[in-house]
Parts: sequence; structure tokens; C-alpha cells
Amino acid sequence: MPEVLKAPLVVEFPFTRSLGPVQSAFLTGLRERVVLGVKTTDGRTLVPPVEYDPVTAEDLDELVEVAPTGTVTTWAWNHEPRRGQPLDTPFAWALVRLDGADTALLHALDAPGPEAVRTGMRVRVRWAAQRTGAITDIACFEPYDGDRPQIAGHDGRFEDMVTGIVAPARLDYVYSPGRAQSAYINSLSSRRTVGERCPSCRKVYVPPRGACPTCGVVTSEQVEVGPRGTVTTYCIVNIKARNLDIEVPYVYAHIALDGADLALHGRIGGIPYDQVRMGLRVEPVWTEGGRYPDHYRPTGEPDAEYDTYKELL
Amino acid sequence: MPPIRDIAVVAFAQSDHLRTTDELSEVEMLIPVLHAVLDQTGLKTSDIGFTCSGSSDYLAGRAFSFTMALDGVGAWPPISESHVEMDGAWALYEAWTKLLTGDADTALVYGYGKSSPGSVRDVLTRQLDPYYVAPLWPDSVALAALQAQALIDAGETDEAALAGVASRSRASAATNSHAQVRGSVPQGEYLVRPLRVGDCPPVGDGAAAVILAAGERARELCERPAWIRGIDHRIEAHGLGVRDLTDSPSTRLAAERAGAFERPVDTAELHAPFTSQEVVLRKALRLGEEVRVNPSGGALAANPIMAAGLIRIGEAAARVHRGESDRALAHATSGPCLQQNLVAVLEGDPR
Ligand SMILES: [Zn+2]
Repeated sequence: MPEVLKAPLVVEFPFTRSLGPVQSAFLTGLRERVVLGVKTTDGRTLVPPVEYDPVTAEDLDELVEVAPTGTVTTWAWNHEPRRGQPLDTPFAWALVRLDGADTALLHALDAPGPEAVRTGMRVRVRWAAQRTGAITDIACFEPYDGDRPQIAGHDGRFEDMVTGIVAPARLDYVYSPGRAQSAYINSLSSRRTVGERCPSCRKVYVPPRGACPTCGVVTSEQVEVGPRGTVTTYCIVNIKARNLDIEVPYVYAHIALDGADLALHGRIGGIPYDQVRMGLRVEPVWTEGGRYPDHYRPTGEPDAEYDTYKELL
Repeated sequence: MPPIRDIAVVAFAQSDHLRTTDELSEVEMLIPVLHAVLDQTGLKTSDIGFTCSGSSDYLAGRAFSFTMALDGVGAWPPISESHVEMDGAWALYEAWTKLLTGDADTALVYGYGKSSPGSVRDVLTRQLDPYYVAPLWPDSVALAALQAQALIDAGETDEAALAGVASRSRASAATNSHAQVRGSVPQGEYLVRPLRVGDCPPVGDGAAAVILAAGERARELCERPAWIRGIDHRIEAHGLGVRDLTDSPSTRLAAERAGAFERPVDTAELHAPFTSQEVVLRKALRLGEEVRVNPSGGALAANPIMAAGLIRIGEAAARVHRGESDRALAHATSGPCLQQNLVAVLEGDPR
């Protein structure tokens, strides 16, 4: 068995999220060093605040200020901080019930070691130097022995409310394509296109995914197809993709390689875009060092009869 | 509403759960399991009335991966199919409701997950509240550790008792050839204190499938069907600081609605990826020492995400099929610190 193919894959997205009135007030408050909770109809104060009562599902909107000091209700010592976490030195995760609140907020607690942390210990907010209206405006909590500070009783109305957050997310993977697609990619490196034949219905799938979607069985018999093929259908692309150095308009087509029972897709070149047609016979064009065909160009053969490819549309 | 027709789990199959399956795509990992479960009943994919799956694109970083996995069930010409972005246990719930309506007599349910391409501790942060929690990237072990510490503070367990749960689970898994971690395993260092390596589930890839059938069809397909006497799932507030982490009221309510407390069960397959969660679940489900808990080894022996809950139902059902249990409870969980919980009660015909 050939070596398993692997490549890094990064999935990254800056999620842009709008805030409702309650979350907007809370996060704006953090920017202004004010911690807000929301009152429930039975008189509890939820921090962090939510728009609906988690017990009754009633609308909540009465914001009240709570203290930036509080008590640890549970904790866990994190000796190896991971990417994105609030501190890059060992810290405790903690649920902290702020003074004036009935529920606890999750955040990091900066402490010298696990011996310095216990449930019931007193802590206070350490504010981030740069604050934008996000949960990370609380840099972390820190141990605090002092008195509970006076609070002004803010009602949650600020000038210039924060109405949205951008939450970047990044996950790192090592992608491996599996047996069938590895064989396909490996064959491309010698400029061959290899599909797999279903043992039951005898169809040849290109690129192979390891299973026949009609029969639900494993495919494994490798079959070389092409290199020539027939355009079964196509579209004309008029919008230039970012980072793609291809002049528009160009044609993107489904191409049934000779011997294949499934069309794959590729770009058509070497012919004006408005002369591409169903039935056009094409062949792959490889560029120096390319790991797959750069595009397909006309072979000059007569067009294929519709009946020869109608099942592959 | 009482079930209008009896529905049973009639077959169960699972993969060998492995740390990595680099050489296989998701569908390549899944197909042998689908064939194994079909072979048990003699059914072909074209005989199945409804198909439902559970998986998550975030695990392997493959967009719409469930559509590619459908190649494994023979989805052309079109079949009646659905998918949940949840553990396959929830897909089973959907299939159960479909069979209740009478629209289908048989259902194929599967769940699969490849955790090896990514970092599952980081991946699972993406299911958290995106405003207040996810930006802090608290990983799944950290959140479970907060729950474990809450239990220790409440006097409900201690580190030695948690180690006992770990060793009992892995010892039980010694006879489970599919399990990833078996036999004696050291508790190891703290991952996030108070949880040590041994308190946490292995990270791995795997798949599972079951077949459900209604009424007489179930008796034709299986000598001793595992009748689903009740099944229910409940959810708790997403805010961790709102919840009492030492209890699981959603599990208790789901169990009550599933009829779990009407008569004692002899077996319980609990989806407790962390040792501390077994403590919570035993209390919520009022399981006494006489109940055989996780004879398969449970999620501490193999925790293929999106399949591990379905495996609990499958393992419980398989014990009924084999005559090793007459009334078994199966539990599945999803979300941080047992946020969402599903309970099913399975019974064999009286002997
Ligand atoms: Zn076939």
C-alpha cells in the first residue's frame, strides 16, 4: 500500500455576529468597565445576562449593574494553555459568581499555582488594556482580598453601543483523502487518470470515492480512463475569482472522460468561450510541474453524438 | 402519547475504534459497518424504509461530509433520508418517530466521526455560546474538569473514586474487541486538574449503525428484538454558570419520560466520556450497585464522537439480543458538561 497522503488544512473564518439589546449592553459595559446582569421575573440576577429566562423562557431586558468582584464557585487548573485561551501562562478556569449576581461567569483566573486556588476564594476582574466590547475585555480574574467596591447602579444605557462582534475561528487539520482518492491523486502524478469500477453495476467512477452511490458497495477495481473526453454540459464564468489568474469569461465544463461513467469538471481552453458546445471532444493540457490538468482543449475530432453521453449528463 | 406501534432495535454493528484511520475516508470507514448491520438482518440497502445519520463536518474539517458518506448507503436512485448534526443517538430518535408515524417499517441509523484529522479539544469549543464563551476557547477537558471539581467540592466523589470508574471501565472493555483503550491503563498526569489522562476518553475515529424495525417486521428480522419501551431527550441552559453541574435534571426528566423509573433495569450503557460524568448520571438515573453499568467499557474505552451515544443504544440492544439483559437503559449525551441527554429503555420479550 502506498504511503498515506497528508496535507495541512486550515479552516478559518471571522464570524461576524450581531447582538441583541441585552448582549449589546453587557458587552458595551465591559468596554466601559461596567459589569451588567439581567433581572429575572423571580428576582434573580443572571450574569452573564441572557435575553430569555433559562427556566421560564420569558423575555428579559432589565439590566442591573453588579460588582467586578466575586467568588469562585468551581475551578480547574490548566497547566498547558492552548491557542486562543485568555492567558498563555498556566491559569485556572473558573466559574465566578460576581457580587450581586445569582449565576456564574466562565473566565480565566490568573494565580501562581493550583495551591493558590480554591472554591469560595475571592477574586476580581482584571480589565484588558484595550477594550472593544467583547468578553475578552475581561483579561482574566485575579485573587482579591479587599472589600466589595461600591457600584454606581448603571442601567445599561451607553452612548455608542456595541452592536456586533467579530469572533475569529481557526481550526487546524491534517487532511488525508482516504484510499480511493489517494490512488487517484497518486496516478495523476504520472499524468494518468484512474477511476474505480463498481463490482455490482460495473460503472466507473472518476474521481473515485471508494463506494458506488447506486449500489452502496465498496469499489476497488482500478480502471484507467481518458485521456480524451466529451463535454457533457458547461457554463460560462464571468466573475473573476480572487487569487485565480484566469481571464474571464471562461468556460467551466463537465467532461466525461472516455471509459468513465461519471463526468468530472474542468476548465476549457484553446477555444473561444462562445464556441464551446455539448459534445465537444477535449483532451487534458498539463503544465510543467502541474499535479492535475491545468485545463482541457479541443482535440479536433468530430463532436460526439448526443446518444453517446446523454446518460452522463 | 403512548407508542402506536412497537419498534425495536434489531441489529447493531460498529467499527474497531482507532486513534487514527488516515488510510480511510469517512465513507470508506463507514461502509463495512453498514454492510455488517445489514448482513445481520439479510436486508439490502434498497429494502430500508428510512435512513438517518448523525455526524459533524467540524470534526474532520470536511464540508458536507455527510452527503459523501451517503455513497455508502446506495442513495441513488433517491432514498428517504435525513441527517442530524448530532450524535447518531439523535438520528435514532428521528428514525423512531418516523417509524411511529407508519411511514416506514425499517430504518437504518448510523453515526460516525473522524476526530484524528483535527484537535477535538479545540473543535468542540465551536459548539459553545459564540458571544460569551467560545471566544475564550475553553476546551472540552477544561469544562469537564470544572464539573469534576464541583462534584469533589460537593463531596460526591474524589480523585480515587474517579480513578476507580476509569479502571472498572477499561477492565470491562477488555472483552470488547472494538474498544480503543482496554485493560489496565495508568491514570497518568493531570490534563486539566482534577482530571487526569485516565479520567478522559480516548480520541479516535469510528462508526456505528443500527437497524430499527416495527412490529412483526422486527420479529422476522431478529430472534429477540430489543423493544424501545420509551425514548426521550432533554436539554439544559447553555450557560454553564446557570446550571448545577453536580446534577443532571435533563437526564432525570428524559429518563422519567422514557419510563426508566417504572421498573428496575439490569443494565445501563451510559455515555459518560469523563469519569466524573458517570457519577452525575448514576445519581440522576438512580442506578444502584446492582445495575451493570457500561459492560462494554463505555465512552472511556472508545469515544468516536457522533457515534459514541448511538453505540450505547446498540450495546444495550445487543445485550438484549443475546439474552444477557431483559431491561436495559441506554443514555447518550451531547454538548459540554452533559448539556443534552437522551435516554432509551430497551426490553426483550419475556422468557
Ligand atoms: Zn454500483
